[in-house]
Amino acid sequence: LCHFFIQVENVRLLDRLSSRKAVLGTLYLTATHVIFVENGSETRKETWVLHSQISSIEKQATTATGCPLLIRCKNFQVIQLVIPQERDCHDVYISLIRLARPVKYEELYCFSFNPKLDKEEREQGWKLVDLNEEYNRMGVPNNYWQICDVNRDYGVCDSYPTEVYVPKSATAHIIVGSSKFRSRRRFPALSYYCKDNNASICRSSQPLSGFSARCLEDEQMLQAIRKANPGSDFIYVVDTRPKLNAMANRAAGKGYENEDNYSNIKFQFIGIENIHVMRNSLQKMLEVCELKSPSMSDFLWGLENSGWLKHIKAIMDAGIFIAKAVAEEGVSVLVHCSDGWDRTAQVCSVASLLLDPYYRTMKGFMVLIEKDWVSFGHKFNHRYGNLDGDPKEISPVIDQFIECVWQLMEQFPCAFEFNERFLIHIQHHVYSCQFGNFLCNSQKERRELKIQERTYSLWAHLWKNRADYLNPLYRSDHSKHQGTLHPQIAPCNFLYKFWSGMYNRFEKGLHPRQSVTDYLMAVKEETQQLEEELEVLGERLANLQKSQLGDNKVKSKQQDRSKQLRLSTSNNSLANTPQEYSNDLKSFPSRSPSQGDEEDSALILTQDNLKSSDPDLSANSDQESGVEDLSCRSPSGGGCLPSEDSGKDSDEAVFLAG
Amino acid sequence: MLRSSQPLTGPNRRRCREDEMLLGTILDEGERGFIIDTRSAQAAKQARMTGGGTEPKSSYPQWRRLHRPLERGRPLQESFAKLVEACSDPSLSMDRWLGRLESSRWLSHVKAALSTACLAAQCMDREDAKVLVHGAEGTDTTLLVTALAQVILDPSCRTLAGFQGLLEREWIQAGHPFHLRCAHSAYSHARLKQEAPLFLLFLDCVWQLSRQFPFSLEFGEQLLLSLFDNAYASSYGTFLCNNEKERSLCKVKESTHSLWAWLNQPEEQQKLLNPLYSHNALVIWPSVEPQSIQLWQGLFLRWIRPSQYLDEAWAEIQRLVEEN
Repeated sequence: LCHFFIQVENVRLLDRLSSRKAVLGTLYLTATHVIFVENGSETRKETWVLHSQISSIEKQATTATGCPLLIRCKNFQVIQLVIPQERDCHDVYISLIRLARPVKYEELYCFSFNPKLDKEEREQGWKLVDLNEEYNRMGVPNNYWQICDVNRDYGVCDSYPTEVYVPKSATAHIIVGSSKFRSRRRFPALSYYCKDNNASICRSSQPLSGFSARCLEDEQMLQAIRKANPGSDFIYVVDTRPKLNAMANRAAGKGYENEDNYSNIKFQFIGIENIHVMRNSLQKMLEVCELKSPSMSDFLWGLENSGWLKHIKAIMDAGIFIAKAVAEEGVSVLVHCSDGWDRTAQVCSVASLLLDPYYRTMKGFMVLIEKDWVSFGHKFNHRYGNLDGDPKEISPVIDQFIECVWQLMEQFPCAFEFNERFLIHIQHHVYSCQFGNFLCNSQKERRELKIQERTYSLWAHLWKNRADYLNPLYRSDHSKHQGTLHPQIAPCNFLYKFWSGMYNRFEKGLHPRQSVTDYLMAVKEETQQLEEELEVLGERLANLQKSQLGDNKVKSKQQDRSKQLRLSTSNNSLANTPQEYSNDLKSFPSRSPSQGDEEDSALILTQDNLKSSDPDLSANSDQESGVEDLSCRSPSGGGCLPSEDSGKDSDEAVFLAG
Repeated sequence: MLRSSQPLTGPNRRRCREDEMLLGTILDEGERGFIIDTRSAQAAKQARMTGGGTEPKSSYPQWRRLHRPLERGRPLQESFAKLVEACSDPSLSMDRWLGRLESSRWLSHVKAALSTACLAAQCMDREDAKVLVHGAEGTDTTLLVTALAQVILDPSCRTLAGFQGLLEREWIQAGHPFHLRCAHSAYSHARLKQEAPLFLLFLDCVWQLSRQFPFSLEFGEQLLLSLFDNAYASSYGTFLCNNEKERSLCKVKESTHSLWAWLNQPEEQQKLLNPLYSHNALVIWPSVEPQSIQLWQGLFLRWIRPSQYLDEAWAEIQRLVEEN
């Protein structure tokens, strides 16, 4: 049973694309969700939004129809409500402001979320991703790399994990000394080891070099990294900041490595902008997404103006540089930015993904995020606003990484075991706080809060539903994909697409109505089933006389199944109705509004004067242009795209039955 | 759906009883029809000065005129050339690329063409009304709209055979001047007056439809690319000349081979079919939001980006479907 604080009737939910389309329903506010339930029809469609997903709430000017309330979410859903009474609207507004800005961790959904698993299942879920296993898989510890426990009580660096890998020749003294010379004590540590050629990717924060400071231990640390790769006599040091920013840091006593002081390093700036620039970039891009009926020019200009794709490409280019250095040159790379927890994480994980096909599997990807983001102290709480905090710390850092992966998937459709939906759901849960993986700012904080004992692991949830996340085109045996991926660096701006699956995720009208991925997965499954069946029947045929009848039964089953195949995969197909094609006149400068009776106005064909807008619910549900089937495929909410929001957890669903 | 060229109203507002009767008989008593004029209202008005014009409401009372200006002629060719130039420039930063993409306006033209075709389709399917489409000459944007509208409305036009029939009817026999329009393509420095990539624009729009409705077209991108190639330079006579009269005079049918004959051979056809195709009896309404309209990489980046990974994906899709 669930209690709700507020219930408001006769609320209208507006459709963004078609401002005339509004649905009437009831709005509920619970401790964890905002819920809108449509009136009337048997379907009673529900829209659920987690408070933790709410990014901003805007109360707009009261109109004749009521008080508009705009809710913008971190997963890019935008909900426009119109509440009839001003006072109700105000109550909802005030409550949401409070609910969307939790002050204590205990207020977060993950502490009350109950997937009805027992203690052991919960533990098993957390054990699904094991970083020790991962380092072993990479090939360490070995002659060149060893595990280091100098940080076992977080005494050296409180944002690092207790266990990191360091070069064999790096003694505890060197490590501690180096940590004192690094911002936030984040000393160079291993991110990825390539056992084929001993090249490695290490990560750290910026050195506290100022204009002329030196630190013997830090210089020795870098030497140790170099020595851990006998195949090369130098290492790259990659500073992912723009040169100007890095130089400015010197005035604050920080900075970057001077090639004169560090023997055998080749220093490289790869300018990726900082978290503030990225936050603004996303903001601008979302403004473009909110434009009503933009022209192509508005859209492209807005996209360019936001700079978003430029930033995505910068991150990708950095990853490519590092992957090339490791795979083609066999040279180790030390990567850092300022604090080594944002751009460093992005760039290291992109490089790893390019280098190692394991990270392109579903399990491998989870491991990658655990390693380079979770264990290395990416500040999830600050960046994604688990708790109410400094708005200047908020930035779409992991979102950008996730988008890099999507861009790669578009260029290499057969190379990833998982599909777009997997990425979208992960992004969703970075903000949802439904699971404990992305809480707090460091391993230390998570252990103090006993996250693993009090919450559940996202990875277990995704793994359980992995059938929904598979890429039907993935072939692990394709030799092309066994090694490094080589994305084009230049010229290739045009290969970067706007990810409408993410940024317009909830605008169904924009996307192809039927998913090719789902269809192909269903085909694959069916083929497998049929092959298995064929085997069984083949055996039976050899044995029994009655097999004649059995064959015929199978044939008709096959026909039914392929018909079912098309039907079942289109459960998520959407009502395909004409857009308002006629509104689109502002892109033609030659149109002058004074044409009077000779030219028809833009409003000629609107939803109002169309005779029949939506096709009959019962007809043609298996066609692309067909009808929306509002039932989600899997009740656990893993099935269809919108369900991560509107999916109800079984215990929550009950109260709405009344 | 009907198509024509502009009425020769002229500066003196001439009338033609036969024309009025013709359009009158098409509509039943009290029925309303729509005229979709692919010129802007201003351009259409100006056309009167040179002998052309529009259908005055008083003479054609049952018809309601809508203006949906579509680019044609030199500006469209410029748009095409600019886009191709932008695609081939390796020095562009991301910002410059998006800027050049936008200033080429090619995608805006795609959006406009799709929107207008959808409007025509909407008039017929939703309003049960008859539609007359014309621009100036009736050989360019007119055909773009009528052909595209049929792909949207009619499932038989989405089959391989039906699509070929559509091309024959709405482009070739309807008299789109291929010889003039598809002369030198985008790299040529000579900007021929009559050259314009209307047919390419049509193919691009069809590609957009195939992307938005991956199960609804019986053919794939390969066919569209092949048609593009053959419109400009071909071993076959299908796209020769400017109209049926010229083809007859040149004895095209007697002295050349038909592209369709080649494409319809089983081995060739195999390459053109869409493995995901499943007959869709309904109208397919595309989204014309900017996010839904994408650069046709397969055409514009054909020689610039490596296609092996996408070819591999396509082959995998074919394999999966065939195995089933």
